[in-house]
Formats: sequence, C-alpha cells, structure tokens
Amino acid sequence: MKTICLYFEIHQPVHLKRYRFFDIGADHYYYDDYENERAITETAERSYIPALKTMLEMTETYGKYFKVAFSLSGVGIELLEDYAPEVIELLQELSKTGCVEFLAEPYSHGLSSLANEEVFMEETKRQCKKIKELFGQTPKVLRNSSLIYSDEIGALAGRMGFKGMIAEGAKHVLGWKSPHFVYSCAHNPKVSLLLRDYKLSDDISLRFNDSSWSEYPLMSDRYADWIAQLPQEEQVINIFMELCALGIFQPLSSNILEFFKALPAACKERGIEFATPSEIVGKTKAVAAMDMPEPVSWNDEERDTSCWLGNGMQREAFSKLYQEAGRIMVCQDRRIKQDWDRLQASNNFRYMTTKPMSVNMIRGFYDSPYDAFTNYMNILGDFIKRVQDLFPIEVENDELNALYTTIHNQGKEIETRDHEISQLRARLSKLEGAVADKKEEKVPAKKAPAKKAAAPKAAPAKKEAAPKAEPVKEEKVEAPKAEPAKKTPAKKAAAPKAAAPKKAPAAKKTTKK
Amino acid sequence: MKVLMFGWEFPPKIYGGLAVASYGITKGLSLQGDVETTFCLPKPTGEEEGFLNIINMSQVPIAWRDVQYDNIKGRMVGHTAEDYFRFRDHIYADFNYMQGLDDMGCMGFAGGYPSNLHDEINNFSIIAGVLARSEQFDIIHAHDWLTYPAGVHAKMVSGKPLCIHVHATDFDRSRGKVNPTVYSIEKNGMDHADCIMCVSELTRQTVINQYHQDPKKCVAMHNAVYPLSEEYTNIPSTRRPEEKVVTYLGRITMQKGPEYFIEAAKRVLDRTHNIRFCFAGSGDMMNAMIDLAASYGIADRCHFPGFQRGKQVYECYKRSDVFVMPSVSEPFGIAPLEAMQCGCPCIISKQSGCGEILDNVIKVDYWDIDAMADAMYSLCTNEQMWKQLSDEGIKEVDRITWEKVGLRIRECYNQLMGRGWFNNDEYLNAVKNIK
Repeated sequence: MKTICLYFEIHQPVHLKRYRFFDIGADHYYYDDYENERAITETAERSYIPALKTMLEMTETYGKYFKVAFSLSGVGIELLEDYAPEVIELLQELSKTGCVEFLAEPYSHGLSSLANEEVFMEETKRQCKKIKELFGQTPKVLRNSSLIYSDEIGALAGRMGFKGMIAEGAKHVLGWKSPHFVYSCAHNPKVSLLLRDYKLSDDISLRFNDSSWSEYPLMSDRYADWIAQLPQEEQVINIFMELCALGIFQPLSSNILEFFKALPAACKERGIEFATPSEIVGKTKAVAAMDMPEPVSWNDEERDTSCWLGNGMQREAFSKLYQEAGRIMVCQDRRIKQDWDRLQASNNFRYMTTKPMSVNMIRGFYDSPYDAFTNYMNILGDFIKRVQDLFPIEVENDELNALYTTIHNQGKEIETRDHEISQLRARLSKLEGAVADKKEEKVPAKKAPAKKAAAPKAAPAKKEAAPKAEPVKEEKVEAPKAEPAKKTPAKKAAAPKAAAPKKAPAAKKTTKK
Repeated sequence: MKVLMFGWEFPPKIYGGLAVASYGITKGLSLQGDVETTFCLPKPTGEEEGFLNIINMSQVPIAWRDVQYDNIKGRMVGHTAEDYFRFRDHIYADFNYMQGLDDMGCMGFAGGYPSNLHDEINNFSIIAGVLARSEQFDIIHAHDWLTYPAGVHAKMVSGKPLCIHVHATDFDRSRGKVNPTVYSIEKNGMDHADCIMCVSELTRQTVINQYHQDPKKCVAMHNAVYPLSEEYTNIPSTRRPEEKVVTYLGRITMQKGPEYFIEAAKRVLDRTHNIRFCFAGSGDMMNAMIDLAASYGIADRCHFPGFQRGKQVYECYKRSDVFVMPSVSEPFGIAPLEAMQCGCPCIISKQSGCGEILDNVIKVDYWDIDAMADAMYSLCTNEQMWKQLSDEGIKEVDRITWEKVGLRIRECYNQLMGRGWFNNDEYLNAVKNIK
C-alpha cells in the first residue's frame, strides 16, 4: 500500500533593521519590529491560519486516516508567540487530534550543522524542549534547516537518538534511484532517511497556480492518480514543503486549500494511505544506505548549500559568526543567546547570494547582496564586540575551552548524580512498594472496578473528568512499582521468576481500563 | 552604409566622457566592416585614429576664397585639400558678412568649451550645411546638444534620417534649473530627430518627460568601455592594507555631488582613522569643497590632486580601495566602469545611468550619506567583500563592450534606413540576443 508523508515547514525569519556602522557599540537592538509584525501577521492571515484550519477540518472529516507533520523553528515560534499566537493555538488543537507529528529542527533555522556540532546539538535539543512544552510531543524525527543533509549530519542525528531524518531527494545524489523508498544513513544504519519527491512537492508549492504549466489546473484526482500509478514497489511518497506554499506562494484564490481538502478522499479511493514520518520510519525497513558525502538541501536548482555559502562574503560572515560559538556556549546572557539564535538564521545568508535570482527569492529590504552583507556585518560587528566584552579576547581559546569543558563536565556530573538519585529513589520506592505489596497484595485488583464505576460518571460531566483522571495516572505509576517489587525477591530465588512477569501485565490491563 | 556624424570631442583630445563615448561608438561601428563613418569635429588634432574620416570643421569653407592647392595642402589637418575644394563648390549662401573668417574662407573654432560657445554652435551648424550638400551619406548622427543644430540642418538639406545621441541633458547639468537657450536647442534637436539615443533609461525618461518626446522614438543606448591597454593593465596596484584610499574622480561640479562625498567622508572619519579621501578632478566647486573639508576638520585626510589625465587616471584607480561617484544626476558615467576594469570596487548613486547595466557595484541614493559612509566603511574593513566586488566587477565589465553597442546602434540605423522611422519596442525585440 502506498503511503503519503505530508510535511510542512513553519518558519519566518526575524528581519534585521538597517544598521549602520556608526551604530556599532551604540545600539544593541538589531531588529525591525514593524516589519516582523507585519510579515508574520500577513503570513499568518494569508496562509498559516486558513491552511491550519483546513487541516483541522480534514482531521475531523477523515479522522485518523489523514496524517500530517510539521516542524517549527524556535525563532519562528517566538515570532508566532509574540504576534500571531492563534497559529500556535491551532497547532495545539491539531496536536490533540493525534494526526499530527512535530519534528525536531535546529532552534535558529541556521546552518550550525555545517559549522559546529555542539551548537547544532544544543539548539536542536532546545527546540525539542520547546515543542514538548507547547505540544506535548517529543520529536523523534529530525529535519535540518532547509533540509540540509549529509552523511555526517545523519550520523549526528543518530547519536542524538533520532530514528530518522528527512532530506531532499536530489537528483544528483539519487541518480537512478527513486525517492519513494526509505533509505538509511550511510554512517549509521539506524537512522532512516525519508527523501522528498521534489517533483510532486513542487507541483503543489511552485506550479499549482501557474497557468502556463501543462498540467494546469491540477485536480486532486489527477494528483492521486499520479501517485497511484507509480510502480508497485515504490511505497513511500514524501511531499514536503513550506506551509507558506498554501496561501503565499500559491494564493488562496487558486483554491489550493480545496485541492488539499479533496486529496484524502481521492487517495482513499485509490488505496493510498497517509502517515507521519515516525510511523513510516517505525514500520518500513530501509532498502539501502544512501551516500551523501556533500551537504544537500532543498534550495535552488543546485540543491546544495550554495545559496547560503556560495560566495566569499557569505563564507566570511558564516565563519565570523561561528568563531564566537565557543564563547556563546559558555555565556549565560539571555539577550546574547537570543541574538545568537536570530543571527544564525539561514535567511540572513541567503540575502547575500550573488547567484542569479532564483524562485521565491526575496531580498528583504536590501538592494543588493552587498547591501545585505554590509548590514549583517555591521550587526555582527556589534554582536561580537558584546560577546568579547563578556569574555575578553585575551582569554585564550584554550582557556575558554577548558572553562567550557568544566561546565560541560559539571553538567554531566549533575546528570549522573540526578540519575543516581532517581535510581536510589526508585530502589527506595521499590522497597517501600515491596513492603506495601506484602501488606495488601490484592488491593489493586479491588481498586480497578471502583475506577470503572468512576469512568462512566465522568463522561457526561466533562469538567469533572480532569480531576478524576488524576487517580488513574497515579495508578499507572503504581503499577510498574508493583512489577519490580516482585522482581526483587525473584533475584534471589529463580523459581518464582516466571510467575512475577505474568502478573505484571495483568495488573496493567486493569489499570488501563 | 555611410554615416555623417557630428561630434564635439574625440580622443586624443579629451575634455570629458563625450570624447570616450564618441570614440567607442565609432569604433564599435567600424568593426562591422560595412559602416563608413565621417566624423565632423570642430578642431581635430590630426592625431585621431584612422578608422574613420575626420572632417575638420575649422577648415571647411563657407565663403569662397581663391586659394592655391599648393598653399593649403600643407596646412590641412583632418581632411585633405581635395576635400576642401569639393566643399568650396557647395557653399550655399554668401557668408562674407561673418566676422572671424580666415584667408581660406573658414570659421575657426577654439575647441573645447569656450565662453562664446553659442556662437561656435551656430557656426558649426552653418558649416554642416556645406557638408550636407557635398557629402554622400545615409544617416546623420549628432552627439550631444552642441551638434544638434548641425544635425537638424543637415537633415533639412539632405532629407536623410537624423539620429541624435543624448549624452546628457541640461536637467542633469543644472539639477533642474535649466538654461532656456540650451533647453530650446536640445528640444529643437529632439523634435526633429527620427531616433533619440539616450545613454541610459534614466536619460530616456528625462527626454520623454521633460522634453515631451514620443517614447517610441527614444531608445536607451548604454555606453561601454574598451578593454584596458597593456600599458594600463600593467600598472601595479599600490593599495596598502594599513591605509585605505577612497577616491572621487571627476569634475568637481554640482552635477557630480561632491559635497555628499565630503559628508560621507566625515562620517567615516568620525569612526576610523586609517582611511584617506582622494578628490581628483577640478571644477567650479573645488574651492568650496576644500573649505567644507577644512570646516569639518578632516582636511588632513582629504586630498585634492587636481585634474588627472591619461595614465594618471588609471594610476589613481589602481591606488584606490574604493571609487565613489555620488552624482546627483549622471546620464551614464563611464568612470565606474573604468575603475572596475582596474579591480576597484565602486559605490555609485542610484541616479547614475551606468547602474542600470551593473550589478557588482554598490548603489546608494546620492543624498543617503549614511548609506554611502556605511558602504565605504565596509569596503575598507571587509576584505572579502572587497574581493568579491573586485573580482566579479572585472568579469562583469569585461562583458560590456562597444562592439555590442555598435551592433545595437546598427539595429537602429537599419530601422531608420528601411522606412525612415524608429520603434523602440521592435528594437528591444531585435537586440534581445545582444547580451
């Protein structure tokens, strides 16, 4: 059965303001608040809100059949929280339907994966935390900014515990291979790769409203037909795009949302499924390892990093920025940390590209790449000065590294101690549990029917449901306690071992009900 | 195809950009092989290159004098004594009343831009009448407003299509306060022209809006540059990392916006000290600029080496880290292209026509001194940006050649010769491939 994996990127850059060199050292605020507010509200109104409402509607219509994945950059979330919180609310609502998965990505939407592993890991973790806070999900699949992927980044994702990554199905990498399979990272076979089908994705995000396109107007039936007509063994169709595609790149007047609404029905008829990336990664085995020694992205015709690091200026700005990484990792200043996130955003580098204008290229308020570079370097000049004021330049990098290692080690030490404490606590509770267990072994069994009686009561009055759910949770916690409690005596004597695990699932069942 | 061209300047005698442009255009046309250009100059030096026929307007008779071949043969500069006699046969009226006729019956020209310029323009036009009667040609091409009356006269006499080349308008020179006499000469020339070639879209718009010309007969004909001669390429770069030089090169007049350069310089010097500002050129605002620099207390960092000639210009570019052209209104401005050839990054005002065909320059509004200062500063402090602009600039400017301009002009000529009128839309379509 063919499976469509739909994924949308939600990211808006923080617009920098016009910053002259004489502002260096005098003005430490780098952002154009007016433009930020205008841009994000416009995007939210024209694209995010209608698109997310449509998806919400679709989850209602199709239930668990329709699945979709999102990733939000931390910087983008901050902007949305400030100026368009309704988008976050909609996403939370979507998250509750269980049809939506949130992916991990670097907090800044920057290029740290190409510069500094530590930074990359730190900011990805930070974004995961943010996602967890907002949507209650821990991302299991990673997507890097603009789908930048290389073998090394894949290996890094593996080390961070991600099960999969999504990447671009770039022609120059795939060659004769099809993107409609699950591949694995060449350096770590445990990391599965989902590759974007750029043709099917761009049909929607770039060409949908193009009346000169031979397939115009595109209907969901035909689109589903294309997928259904793919060879039998090609099972996974990855359609990834920016959420802006719905409403901004393709205006709402093109009826793109109607197209989306009709898509699941059309797919259902043809026996095509929807799934989220982690579902696919979980159930589909990788067919082969995919070698991508050079970074690949979803940008431009070249599908590489040339639109951010193609010319000398871009590389200069990039290296100047990440030179400070060490200092910033040690730094605790909240404003510096925030500026660091915002300055890292890949958009800043994109404005400096000298490549011939490509699709969707917007240079912001900059006249030219040189203008963009001048402005960015002025800001960076001030930023670096601030960072160096915190950690004077005389402090050698070695010293700094030593300092950093100490802090890092301290962190680790705390972690191991926390772990120890939790272990000890668990043992304590085990022992306590064991004592309690001996006293009233049959109590949980008795409690369960009591809960059953409570559940139907909760149904009519929803308000009561919340407090009543709590005891159920407590029970859940109790259950595993009970389980090892029986194991402790088992350690000494092998004979009762068999009996203990059998009892444990039984106890779980009762609590779940 | 024979072209009768009227011009005021031509190398080696150079007063400004007009000479360079005239040279490029004629050279570009001559490379096509079948274009024969007759170029009329008020006072040639006799050392002009031989790819075109030069006619010395100072030696074209307008009053009949009984001269002997042998007597004048040695005195001819530009055209020959034979030409003189041919012209003498085509004197069309009695101009003996005119003052300043010499023994050959000719009106002398001082050359350049003397104070009696309007008389010279008038004389030039009278002589053009003689030429138009004695020469055979298919097209008339007049460069800059000084020669428009001559072009119009030649058209009246011969009935051939007239092409005028707008290198500048009085709106550019005067920041909007036009001289009515000059305006009327320009307007009259444009009204009679069948095709108006403007050196940039900026100028084209001025011509359309201020001179009320039909957009269809106006065409943007951007200038180009000739590749540097070996002599100039071999000038070693004398840039010094510890001290940067920002250069202004051009006439120091109102049109070129020199005061904005000083203002920007002051802002840069408020912040840094290892930058020097070079103010090359002369003009009516030079003393005012020296005063201004002194009043800002930056005179020790601003240098006024005066007018630069020939090789000096290129030495100046090679020594500079940044070239700035803050013109308030620049019809084209060939200087940035020359600077780019020398690998010197440029900051030009958005009000400069050459910006329309250049990508690897920094463009700022002439009045935006903050932006200008910012650009100067980052070019002086950022080696990568400097390198990018320098390298890409050379590549870009190498693609802009007079040969291509020649082909584009040829396209205009063809339209005019074929049917006597010109259409810009058709032209744009036809030159799409000349990139």
